[in-house]
Amino acid sequence: MTATAPEPVHAAYDSKIEGNIVITKLDAAINWMRKNSLWPMPMGLACCAIELMATGASRYDISRFGAEVFRFSPRQSDVMIVSGTVTYKMALAVKRIWDQMPEPKWCIAMGACASSGGMFRSYATLQGIDRLIPVDVYISGCPPRPEALLEGLMRLQKKIDAEHSLMEQKRELIEELA
Amino acid sequence: MNAQQMVEALKQKFGDAVTGSKEQCGEHTIGVKLESVKQLLKYCHDELNFDYLVDISSLDHFHAEPRFEMVYELYGYGHHQHLRVKSLVSEDVSVPTVTDIWPTANWHEREVYDMMGITFDGHPDMRRILMWEGYPFHPLRKDFPLAGKESELPEVAFTGIAPLEGGPFVTSPGACGTVDAEPRAKRFET
Repeated sequence: MTATAPEPVHAAYDSKIEGNIVITKLDAAINWMRKNSLWPMPMGLACCAIELMATGASRYDISRFGAEVFRFSPRQSDVMIVSGTVTYKMALAVKRIWDQMPEPKWCIAMGACASSGGMFRSYATLQGIDRLIPVDVYISGCPPRPEALLEGLMRLQKKIDAEHSLMEQKRELIEELA
Repeated sequence: MNAQQMVEALKQKFGDAVTGSKEQCGEHTIGVKLESVKQLLKYCHDELNFDYLVDISSLDHFHAEPRFEMVYELYGYGHHQHLRVKSLVSEDVSVPTVTDIWPTANWHEREVYDMMGITFDGHPDMRRILMWEGYPFHPLRKDFPLAGKESELPEVAFTGIAPLEGGPFVTSPGACGTVDAEPRAKRFET
């Protein structure tokens, strides 16, 4: 009868756990998860949407930044990319879709029109989507090149990385209990 | 029969109803009184084989009487001739629809109604086409400012006034260099 020899046990060192523990702050971990899987809501309204599609396609490959899962349902998306001219006729529809997106959510105003109305200083065009919904990143260009959108996305990732929502919640809770 | 001969034929057929005709750069225009415009257009379609209505547009001769003018662009695929029919329209006068002659006129007439405020008699669907129902203005009229006017229709849409510092912004296609060609505030010496 042969018995298998038991694994040697060390009091100070456990090889079963080694490499499986990461020590970090919860905020940092959550931010890292959020920023690397941003699901965009493509609000393609004009020619900027063509560049948005190019950014999603193989050559520029937005999936390198974890944002390739374009969702056409606002309930499943994290970042609304407003790409194109927002007419007054469309404006409240954009607002409604934004309202349906769950928190946390971010907004990128892509191109001159979404940022400021662009060249359309006219009766029919909303002079910047920031008049209706809060914008995190503005991208200049008419339309911006895909590289510019990726740059904007990376800026947004940096912004998300600097958030400390959980710490703030904790502080509020402590103040409430005090 | 070319467009020139067609204009002559129309003048013979409609007599006093034709207010004038003009030829410029090979394009023929015929003016007609509003009472006869539908009759003339029907004749163009049925007898002169203008089977394609290219466009309907309208002009606002602000401060003139009559104020508006309808413009119909006709084309025939059989004879490849082009004819423009114009007719002056006073304010508060309806224009007879041509949707029963060319069904494509439906949306063109709705656009004229939306942008200029001219109504059409007998139109099957006289609604706005670009702006929303309830928008109180007709934006292509000369007395409507380019920057727009404020309006509010709760739950549907609102409009504001666009900033026009230094504007309007004018594009100059064909100009040398991007700086001169792109839309910018430009002052032209008159």
